[in-house]
Amino acid sequence: MTRSRLALALVCAAFAGGLLFAGATLSQSATEAPPQDAAGRADGGLSVEQLLARTTPPNTPNRDQVERGRQLVIAGDCAACHTKAGGAPFAGSRPIRTPFGVIYSPNITSDHMKHWSADQFYRALHRGLDDDGHHLYPAFPYTYFVHVTRADSDAMLAYLRTTPAVAAKRPANALPFPLNIRGVLVVWNALFFHPKPLQTPAGKSAAWARGQYLVEGPGHCGACHTPKNMLGADETSKAYQGGVLDNWEAPNLTADARTGLGAWSVDDIVEYLKTGRNARAQAGGPMAEVVSASTSMLPDPDLRAIAVYLKDRPAAAPNAGGDPDRAAMARGEAIWQDTCSACHLQSGEGQARFFPPMRGNQGVQQGDPTNVVRVILEGVRTAPTPTRPTPLSMPSYAWKLTDREIADVATYVRNAWGNKAAPVGADKVASLRRKLDLIRPPLSSWSKVDQR
Amino acid sequence: MATKLPEVDILLVGFGWTSAIMAQELAETGLSILALERSAWRDTPADMAPTFDQDELRYYWRQHLFQNVSHDTLTIRNNTSQTALPMRRLGSFLLGTGVGGAGVHWNGQIWRFLPSDFLAKSHNAQRYGPQSVTQYDMTVQDWGVTYEELEPHYDTFDKLCGTAGKAGNLRGQIQPGGNPFEGPRQNEFPAPPLPMTYAPTLFAKAASEVGYHPFPHPAGNMSQPYQNPLGAQLGQCTYCGFCEKFACGNYSKATPQTTLFPSLFTKPNFTLKTGAEVLKINLDSNGKRAVSVTYVDGEGREWEQPAGAILLGAYILHNVRLLLLSGIGKPYNPQTGEGVVGKNYAYQITSSVHVFYDDKILNPFIGAGALGMVVDDFNGDNFDHSGKGFIGGGYIALLTTNGRPVEWYAGSHIVPKDTPNWGPKWKAAVAKNYLKSATLATHGAVMSHRGNYLDLDPTYRDIYGRPMLRMTFDYTDNEHKMSDFLTDRATDIAKAMRPREFRANPRKGSWSVVPYQTTHNTGGAIMGATPQDSVVNTYMQSWDVPNLFVMGAGAFPQNPGYNPTATVAALTYRAAAAIKSQYLKAPGALVQA
Repeated sequence: MTRSRLALALVCAAFAGGLLFAGATLSQSATEAPPQDAAGRADGGLSVEQLLARTTPPNTPNRDQVERGRQLVIAGDCAACHTKAGGAPFAGSRPIRTPFGVIYSPNITSDHMKHWSADQFYRALHRGLDDDGHHLYPAFPYTYFVHVTRADSDAMLAYLRTTPAVAAKRPANALPFPLNIRGVLVVWNALFFHPKPLQTPAGKSAAWARGQYLVEGPGHCGACHTPKNMLGADETSKAYQGGVLDNWEAPNLTADARTGLGAWSVDDIVEYLKTGRNARAQAGGPMAEVVSASTSMLPDPDLRAIAVYLKDRPAAAPNAGGDPDRAAMARGEAIWQDTCSACHLQSGEGQARFFPPMRGNQGVQQGDPTNVVRVILEGVRTAPTPTRPTPLSMPSYAWKLTDREIADVATYVRNAWGNKAAPVGADKVASLRRKLDLIRPPLSSWSKVDQR
Repeated sequence: MATKLPEVDILLVGFGWTSAIMAQELAETGLSILALERSAWRDTPADMAPTFDQDELRYYWRQHLFQNVSHDTLTIRNNTSQTALPMRRLGSFLLGTGVGGAGVHWNGQIWRFLPSDFLAKSHNAQRYGPQSVTQYDMTVQDWGVTYEELEPHYDTFDKLCGTAGKAGNLRGQIQPGGNPFEGPRQNEFPAPPLPMTYAPTLFAKAASEVGYHPFPHPAGNMSQPYQNPLGAQLGQCTYCGFCEKFACGNYSKATPQTTLFPSLFTKPNFTLKTGAEVLKINLDSNGKRAVSVTYVDGEGREWEQPAGAILLGAYILHNVRLLLLSGIGKPYNPQTGEGVVGKNYAYQITSSVHVFYDDKILNPFIGAGALGMVVDDFNGDNFDHSGKGFIGGGYIALLTTNGRPVEWYAGSHIVPKDTPNWGPKWKAAVAKNYLKSATLATHGAVMSHRGNYLDLDPTYRDIYGRPMLRMTFDYTDNEHKMSDFLTDRATDIAKAMRPREFRANPRKGSWSVVPYQTTHNTGGAIMGATPQDSVVNTYMQSWDVPNLFVMGAGAFPQNPGYNPTATVAALTYRAAAAIKSQYLKAPGALVQA
């Protein structure tokens, strides 16, 4: 054996040993590509988007009803809560993180819904009761679904009964006593569930009325965008002024020009909901899911109706801006130039529909700075949609910037170029970092020394 | 023993540009399509984020995006009198691996070949005599396909990529500001040229003064935000200067990830498996039909994947090796000239001229992979070769691809003549010249040659026990004469730029595997009009096994003086169109032998 052959044999032997070791620790190595930049599912099955995009075959019994149900299930974004990450569409088990604990969504594929009657389904939407008559937690937004008509309720059930059957059991909810006893919801409903039929004021257009139905009914926009009281019920006097859930801020949708939709046109809203982006903003976080699995698949007239209705909300800005520290602004500007300006430009103007503008951006000027801090910490992925399928993404800076640096650059973004919002403290960043489990590892022994 | 899997309709081997294009084009047929990629999944936000994608140590020096040569490599020699040895560190060319392949780490230089390039044998023989294409033992061939046939497919690729440039020939009309020598384009580039930095403008001015025709290099780096016909979005390039050998974190370089994946991965009939290395193509008992491939996963388990049609989309060296390992086609024999698999392996010949100024700040770190100005006056047959003793040519460009400090000095040695390689004088020269220097590059053709070929190594094997590929290659007098001529023309321009000093670096002697030159390996699975002189027909279909298609630059009968990617893509689009419109309706040979 020549020296080189011997060397090669040793390399091969070493590698074979490595394979054996790997074989003991890995269950699967020829993996499907993880669909991080893609819509497909890891096990090769259909994604929610692929399933929902399938129109009902012509030979389906009650086809018109099923097709109408598909549109309503899309409008209601049922998939968002009833599909877990990488899981089969509508098979449930997604953890819904409420301030009170974790609730796991149930399976609503045909496997489960074939047991439901149309009356039971209508009762669930309208009274928040399951097929056995037990109370459902208001994480299931029956406070909005109460406005769904009987015909639409029947159509939604008809569609869900056509979905691919998956026999999936969900984990037990993680709720503390006494909230784990569903009976307490009798009290909650008595306090907060006083549904009134939707009224369309005289003089409003048909589009307005349709928008009202979609927004207040199946679309349940306020479930995120209306602030909640201590017991998780909508503060109806502050409707659409922005809410916080699961460490995201659902922004103000009122007509306030700085923090709400006051500067947006109807076309801006339609483009945002349809494509996931417009010249002002891009959908990320939970709203990216709403856009990908719901609004991007709605017919244009429905999107326009939603926009017309939303544009007709009174202006309200719950939080005023504050005076940022000049030193913090100077530090923030330096970080902006080094780290952010390549994509978002020095002027903060960004590249419309690619990398969003920060100048005049409503999202970064919310009273609560959660989103801007979270996006810097965690990164963010723009909603992929049929018309704009690229999930343009920003990377995480959690490992690269300190809490102080993130606070400074967030303060800068919230107050540069005419923006105005309260400054961000390093403690806010530290707290969110802990909640998101985005620990910043020391980059070297030198940074350990720095931290001492 | 391999475990047999359920059959798929279309199997793609390797997952870079050609397989991604094929998958996208064939997905509309509704057929089940499976791609097998030997290495890892990677996408923009997770694997190429701009928070770390400019790491020279990781990507340039440690070759993070490239094939691990301790698992698999190839053996190399200059001629048959030598014993080939394994390439133990990638040098002259860089073999990509992983999802997106070389499409991830390319510069984005998007060229079309000249109409005469596709007729290299007949055109040159007619103009310069029959011996012009056979001297120096050259084995030059026509392609069997013309520029006009490929033009619509070049156009498709330009629109996919958002190519930035200026047309020089629109439907036969010469356009000011573009390349007057190019073949006619049906359409203008989809995006305007990249805004120029200072050094290329100095080059363009000087080139004009000496009578040449400078134009902006066509670029797959975005000159403006771009949305392609598949809806994919690419952002404007930031000129960070980390293209070649690096992945782009800004969605600013045309890659399979940025141009194709957003659409492709929404297709329910498409599946990608990573960590799946194809070892062999299995034929039926009479050797006329490919029935499956055998692949091995990361745990060393073997699988047999049956398929209706198999498309090889790995890098050319792997495609040729798979043909040889699977006994498909007759291996080329350089002694007799018989056989075709491995024949006409070719490469590229490059040289450079550095210019150094005292009074001009050029800021070389402001760069992009295809940012620069070019002259094409000495490419292909754009000039009279009479009496010059060579055929072919190349372009001369001043590209500001990068000012990456490690590569600039450790790799390219861009310092004036007589500077020592280390120590205080080297440091002083670096400090004095970094901001004030630039490089003119020549990028020359390599004609095919009787003694340049690929076969299986008799000695060395990979971790799976398969023979390695053996590369036998050297430059001939044709290349040296041509490259010296190009270097002299580049020197003319360098002088007209009036620098303090310049330094010409002609390519001398035998081809060396050590310094990086280009990853433009071609040939070995060449295309042509008859099975006697080619491996595949002009639809990239194997003459011997008609349900096997071989993509990539392995089909080039010789290598013109341009970067290959756009032609590789155009040939793929043309093959995809034929597969859709003809092959799937009546599977069988698309061209009768």
